[in-house]
Amino acid sequence: MAAGSAPVFNLFIINKSGGLIYYKDFGSQSKLDTNESLRLASTWHGLHAIAMQLSPIPNGGGIDMLEAGTFDLHCFQTLTGTKFFIATEVGFSGAATLLAIIYDLYTDYVLKNPFYEVEMPIRCDLFDLHLPAAIRKDRSLLVAGVVVPGRT
Amino acid sequence: MLSVVGGAAGNGVKGNSRINMIYVFNRDGCIFYREWYRPNPPNTDDHKLMFGLVFSLRSFTAKMDPINGASGDGCSFHAFRTNTYKLNYLETPSGIKIILVTDPKMSDLRDALRHIYTNIYVEYVIKNPLYVPGEPFRCELFISNLDTYVTTLS
Repeated sequence: MAAGSAPVFNLFIINKSGGLIYYKDFGSQSKLDTNESLRLASTWHGLHAIAMQLSPIPNGGGIDMLEAGTFDLHCFQTLTGTKFFIATEVGFSGAATLLAIIYDLYTDYVLKNPFYEVEMPIRCDLFDLHLPAAIRKDRSLLVAGVVVPGRT
Repeated sequence: MLSVVGGAAGNGVKGNSRINMIYVFNRDGCIFYREWYRPNPPNTDDHKLMFGLVFSLRSFTAKMDPINGASGDGCSFHAFRTNTYKLNYLETPSGIKIILVTDPKMSDLRDALRHIYTNIYVEYVIKNPLYVPGEPFRCELFISNLDTYVTTLS
């Protein structure tokens, strides 16, 4: 795989109140500064909730995927209200698997860290260490769903 | 916000649970709304909520764009999906926004929205000499052609 061709541009993790607890850029041409990323994270939290209210079918969930001109955005919400969302290249179909892998890393290296306070910004070295490897996994494996979340 | 004429598809229109509803907005508000299958009753401020959501999503997408985001000059979204519906969006340079809410499993409807704009809205509304541009409209030919086209989509 050529350098810099990871299918994911960035990752946001937001807590159940909509506050940004983690932001990492993986090679987009316009990296967001801190204020911008905070603002976008809370905007997304609000939009996700409004989209739920506008559902024509009762008991709908929030936005799972957003398709735009140059990128797609995939969102995963846990049962506790934490949201993980990633901006990827258009048409990337391994996003659900990748989000599951990231969630797995989050539970292992963040939630199980005894010094981590839930809902606070994430400052866990092991999480930062293992994340790039997961993102850069061979994309054909991700798309085929061959890579299963868990110990690798 | 403009008040809107439109409403539910009455008798004679075949129940089609794959296409839920359509909104047409201009820069000031909603100029047309029609629903075909909406079991969840809408909020009182449904049009405003929809307009606000779409407006905010558009500026959110422009900022998030990995190529041009920082300059605020990014691209626009054309669809989003939840587990119960898919919202398809088209915005024309003149500020007309067409929003079609459908079943989440529908494929890319960008061409369909283009067709609705160019061949139905422009033909039966804009080219209608009695239509005052910018006002909400209720045009029988538009509605019947729209209903016919929408049944072909599913």
